[in-house]
Amino acid sequence: MTFKIIASQCTQCGACEFECPSVAIKFKGESYVIDPDKCTECKEAFDTQQCASVCPVPKTCVPA
Amino acid sequence: MSAPIISLEGLTSTTSFDQLLATAKSGGCASSTCGLSGKPDDIDPAVWEKIKDHPCFSEEAHHYFARMHVAVAPACNVQCNYCNRKYDCANESRPGVVSEKLTPDQALRKVIAVANEVPQLSVLGIAGPGDACYDWKRTKATFERVAREIPDIKLCISTNGLALPDHAAELADMNVDHVTITINMVDPEVGVKIYPWIFYDHRRYIGIEAARILHERQMLGLEMLTARGILTKINSVMIPGVNDEHLLEVNRWVKERGAFVHNVMPLISEPAHGTHFGLTGQRGPNAMEMKALQDRLEGGANLMRHCRQCRADAVGLLGEDRGQEFTLDSIPGEVTYDPSRREAYQEVVAHERRDHLAARSEAIGMVKAAGSGKSLLVAVATRGGGRVNEHFGHAKEFQVYEASPRGISFVGHRKAEQYCRGGRGENATLDGVIAALEGIDIVLCAKIGDCPKDQLAEAGIRAADAYGHDYIETAISAIYAAEFGVQPLAATA
Ligand code: SF4
Ligand code: SF4
Ligand code: SF4
Ligand code: SF4
Repeated sequence: MTFKIIASQCTQCGACEFECPSVAIKFKGESYVIDPDKCTECKEAFDTQQCASVCPVPKTCVPA
Repeated sequence: MSAPIISLEGLTSTTSFDQLLATAKSGGCASSTCGLSGKPDDIDPAVWEKIKDHPCFSEEAHHYFARMHVAVAPACNVQCNYCNRKYDCANESRPGVVSEKLTPDQALRKVIAVANEVPQLSVLGIAGPGDACYDWKRTKATFERVAREIPDIKLCISTNGLALPDHAAELADMNVDHVTITINMVDPEVGVKIYPWIFYDHRRYIGIEAARILHERQMLGLEMLTARGILTKINSVMIPGVNDEHLLEVNRWVKERGAFVHNVMPLISEPAHGTHFGLTGQRGPNAMEMKALQDRLEGGANLMRHCRQCRADAVGLLGEDRGQEFTLDSIPGEVTYDPSRREAYQEVVAHERRDHLAARSEAIGMVKAAGSGKSLLVAVATRGGGRVNEHFGHAKEFQVYEASPRGISFVGHRKAEQYCRGGRGENATLDGVIAALEGIDIVLCAKIGDCPKDQLAEAGIRAADAYGHDYIETAISAIYAAEFGVQPLAATA
């Protein structure tokens, strides 16, 4: 499993991008997107998924 | 862009240096050669050097100098109940208005374009949306680029303080002399009502634990800045029933830790902004409640009363926002910095303000010596330069001064909708202006028509345009003298 970003809710603040330990998040076109091949769900790095913990909008970084 | 957007008009209506000094009026002129130091009497010289060109840190400087903000750091590590980040940072910008988010390179272009057009520019700030210390890479890249091109510009950030201790040393290295920290509580029990969560050390904290961490980091950050000689401004959002009384305690704590000024600003919580407070119906304070709290805080850390809660991409003097003139697509792709206008302006201001300060202390002395126990609340229409130089109908805000046995002091501003548009006054708007001037005794402006004057009079507010282009304090002292039958300035000069 990986995480994904609900683009319509994203404020494009970019916090998730620089917190992601796997460099899985990039700004593409209109929104930030998570590369499913790179997302590790932060396993072995942190207890919580960094993107979901830092995101200011509820239910925007969610399990894909 | 067409005609030059700004001359030295904000200062007076004339533009040449000689003309400018020649128009300097009344009591001030006579005493301008007496070698006044050019700083208000009660400020330490080393501190004065740091704040004399900073409109936000010095009430005196805010008549002359302009700031600009660039929104380069949109990420934030705290959630505040008065902020909806779908829109904007409420720290120092009106919530509910989206600002143009810039990359550091775009920001550099914009700063140069503004510096070329707005000679009053002295400060570049990063103040949301987001947190300048958390989104540090972009903040730093922007400051480095701008400092290389415009070395004399002052750099300034605004932060919630959570990530501040991580960057205090770098801020000092980069010559950032001014930092604003938003501190709304020193008691985590109060904090839980303001902050639903923080993101710290790679996890999200909620509740009392979040508030405690934020509080500890804010205090540590403040102490670290004080230790490095960086001047700090503490912003507190006044939230009635949540932290209004508690702000007395906040004032004590931050003063003990060396805060330079404390700025209390009203909560803005219109439901339309969609913030937590807006949706739960938490109200903000009114102008008189604000003033009452500020009066109780007097005597703690220096109080700042001229904050305008400016937008995160505001440009210009504190009372104005010319941000819309400098949107990215209106700026050419290649811009080169031309220092000539800023240099000419700075020279004029150096002379002008010496004169102004002399006039000001004379006027204040006169009011104090008048021996009247009365006080007057005076609203002034001004376009800068410390003078009464705006038409009533053109004013978007009024600066409010209190003349009392303690002298003349600035107590705040009242926003108003511009009443006269395209040469015609709108009656409906005038009602709004009158409402905004509640409690004011006299309005001073450069010009006012008979009709608005009569309507103001009906509402119990007098208006005078006899002091057009005088220094604000000089005009107020003359009014005070006339009002309470003491010797007017002109007679004593
Ligand atoms: S869950 Fe972790 S690894 Fe996956 S995108 Fe979010 S931060 Fe990156
Ligand atoms: S943290 Fe959330 S709002 Fe910010 S860019 Fe990432 S997904 Fe968008
Ligand atoms: S409003 Fe705040 S960030 Fe902006 S220039 Fe003034 S003190 Fe600095
Ligand atoms: S610190 Fe600023 S951007 Fe962050 S939540 Fe608070 S007001 Fe909004």
